[in-house]
Amino acid sequence: MFDNFPLWPARASTAAGNVDALFIFLLIVSGMMTLLIFVAIMYFAARYRHRRGVLAEQIEGSTPLELTWSVIPFFVFMVIFAWGAVVYFKSRTPPRDSTEVYVVAKQWMWKLEHAEGQREINELHVPVGRDVKLIMTSQDVIHSFFVPAFRMKQDVLPGRYTVAWFRAIKPGTYHLFCAEYCGTQHSGMIGSIVVMEPAQFEAWMSGGTSGPLSATGEKIFAELGCATCHRSDTQGRGPNLQGVFGKPVQLADGRTVTADENYIRESILDPGAKIVNGFKPVMPTFQGLVSEEQLNALVAYVKSVSQPVATPMKTAATADQNNDKGSGSQVQ
Amino acid sequence: MSMATATIQPVERENYLNKHYGVGSWLFTTDHKRIALLYLISITFFFFIGGLFALLIRLELLTPAGDLVQADTYNKLFTMHGQVMVFFFLIPSIPAVLGNFLVPMMIGAKDLAFPRINLLSWYLYIIAGLMMVHCMLTGGVDTGWTFYTPFSTAFSNTKVIEAGLAIFVSGFSSILTGLNFVVTIHRMRAPGMTWSRLPLFIWAHYATSIIQILGTPVIAITLVLVVAERALHLGIFDPKLGGDPLLFQHLFWFYSHPAVYIMILPSMGVVTEIIACFSRKRIFGYSFVAFSSIAIAVFGFLVWAHHMFVAGISVYAALVFSILSYAVAVPSAVKVFNWTATLYKGSIHYDAPMLYAFGFVGLFTMGGLTGLFLAALGIDVHVTDTYFVIAHFHYIMVGGALMGYLGGMHFWWPKISGRLYPEGWARLAALIVFLGFNLTFFPQFILGYLGMPRRYFQYPQEFQVLNVLSTAGATVLGVGYLLPMVYFLWSMRYGKPAPDNPWNAAGLEWMTSSPPTTFNFETEPVVTWEAYNYDELDRAPKEEVKVAG
Repeated sequence: MFDNFPLWPARASTAAGNVDALFIFLLIVSGMMTLLIFVAIMYFAARYRHRRGVLAEQIEGSTPLELTWSVIPFFVFMVIFAWGAVVYFKSRTPPRDSTEVYVVAKQWMWKLEHAEGQREINELHVPVGRDVKLIMTSQDVIHSFFVPAFRMKQDVLPGRYTVAWFRAIKPGTYHLFCAEYCGTQHSGMIGSIVVMEPAQFEAWMSGGTSGPLSATGEKIFAELGCATCHRSDTQGRGPNLQGVFGKPVQLADGRTVTADENYIRESILDPGAKIVNGFKPVMPTFQGLVSEEQLNALVAYVKSVSQPVATPMKTAATADQNNDKGSGSQVQ
Repeated sequence: MSMATATIQPVERENYLNKHYGVGSWLFTTDHKRIALLYLISITFFFFIGGLFALLIRLELLTPAGDLVQADTYNKLFTMHGQVMVFFFLIPSIPAVLGNFLVPMMIGAKDLAFPRINLLSWYLYIIAGLMMVHCMLTGGVDTGWTFYTPFSTAFSNTKVIEAGLAIFVSGFSSILTGLNFVVTIHRMRAPGMTWSRLPLFIWAHYATSIIQILGTPVIAITLVLVVAERALHLGIFDPKLGGDPLLFQHLFWFYSHPAVYIMILPSMGVVTEIIACFSRKRIFGYSFVAFSSIAIAVFGFLVWAHHMFVAGISVYAALVFSILSYAVAVPSAVKVFNWTATLYKGSIHYDAPMLYAFGFVGLFTMGGLTGLFLAALGIDVHVTDTYFVIAHFHYIMVGGALMGYLGGMHFWWPKISGRLYPEGWARLAALIVFLGFNLTFFPQFILGYLGMPRRYFQYPQEFQVLNVLSTAGATVLGVGYLLPMVYFLWSMRYGKPAPDNPWNAAGLEWMTSSPPTTFNFETEPVVTWEAYNYDELDRAPKEEVKVAG
């Protein structure tokens, strides 16, 4: 499917068009600047080449000219900056109802898990036309999730979540590259993103799984005994987790933080870091007791008991129905 | 250029080259000119090592499959190519060779302020160089020149500590050179050599020195922290030990971005001198060019996180660093416009140094403009860590810095060696370098936008055509670099003796003999003219402004 000598990458996400438009604008602007300078140099070099008996005319400089060629480029730069910032802001802000895929990177492999529980390695199947949010972490060194056809790249760090999102617009198979050097097989840490028509995707998704990720998380939540303190009433020694996700949390030291993926993650691995107001620092750490995949499942579970809920990976056709059912339907 | 008919060698005047003989007279010299030559030999050695690595990288990338070397070997090759070229060639190149040779002469001084410290800085460089060579010979290092954590501190099983310490030591050499220049420029200018009469080469070196003094300690500290984490498991950067890997990137780029200006500013200084000389004109907008160097040095410290737009920094931090990156682009643009305007109504000569200067302006312009792409947040997300970045910084650091270095070597070679090189060959070399460079690196912009990541040992089939073009260009470029090496060496034995001022150029360094005497000037010069007085030189040639020699 790849041509042998392409000059422009495939444009397979909503972001791709935005990035390309700015890129083409910059090509035109910088092409004009280059032309201006090259033509001026070549013209002067030819027109004023040394001739016997003709002396150079000494010119001290010109403040108005200096100001002109400082201020005009500056304003052009500011236009580029603002445009670039808008494109970036969009690419960094996942839409609210994105479906979620958890990504765990390791030397030299991508492990992906859909909210419904489908697991994939070095391959991610997604439908056309859905916003997909990637919640990513690394088991070892820094990697970077790069899909050129989506114009999307985000470093994947150990010890925290980073987030990226895309909406695919064209079915096909596209490269997934690791873009941050990660050791021996860095260039082998590649995979593909398979963008499918909604119906095909539906069929692909119906393959057997061990249940949704949040259900796995609920099981782990029970096994680790989390529920003894984090009870679903106000009597527990730990905060009630119902409805916590995405909301501001008042801490004991007076700060307020938003309960996002990184907050949940940190509260499991380093419970003492941020104590919720009104609670004692009694929770033990689970560092080393839960794998990255289990952590993802726990985070997915905590999310699932909160409003608004993340939509599971269904196609656009079924998405509305799903939203109507509300949060309860996710936890089976 | 037939030298065979040269008859009797004229008796050479005493100069810094023939005053003393013997290895000791070189190894214990405190003469800034001799130290410059020691540096010239040392950095040329490292340039060819780094070049050899580059050649092997390009050969491996000729085919999509990883077939020439092992993956681990490839990773070591690009790592050591970067480390050698950045720390052992580009950073010392112009300051330690041309700067060392010219800074005292251009301001009318006998030597640098601290001649012994100058020699010490060369010894530190050599110690660091030997450590690096030892590291390479005993296995090398595979972290990338960027040493990103936690890969470098917890996962790489190569000689990270040795490489880190080698660069640590080389940093002190760089700091001492910078310190020497700053003090020399402040304290040792000849009577009448006011700040506004300084050649712009000096302004560029002054700005560079500031960065060397203020920036280099940060990389030194960072490398010590890497060593501490790797050897002693102190948790600084590795999240498993409670550290933060992004902290490393902030510290690393806090130095390594300004380091780009350590490489390019001196080159801009060189090109300014060349353009003035071969246009026979005062530089257009002297004070704007001078202060743009200082502005670049200052703003250069405020843009480091533009290397980290996808690394996991906040959107707001990214906005700030993006806008500051555009701010630093303005003084660079100002320089390009002033060089261009200098040509206007000049009397332009096309000697080899000028061809290199033209090449510099062209390549630097393209390197600078592609920097605008990378500073644009939305585009950076796509092209960072791809060949687009590789192409961009090679346009700046090789197309810019190295082109300027070669231009400078051709411009001042008659002064340094006392010999003339064959002009025809030199022009040919300039042309070959320019064409070879573009053929090597232009395809990499396209590869980058297509999405080929950097540091890839094997790559998908569809990237091959552009990679083959790039490799073909690299061989042309290699020839272009070997040529000057050959004819410079040739000229030392067979070249015509150079007159004191072969280009009829302005500046105190051209008023001494070629090669200069040990203390540069027989009597202390008194400067009564402005910089770039080509007006006076062309109207009333030679004798009248002669000071000594």
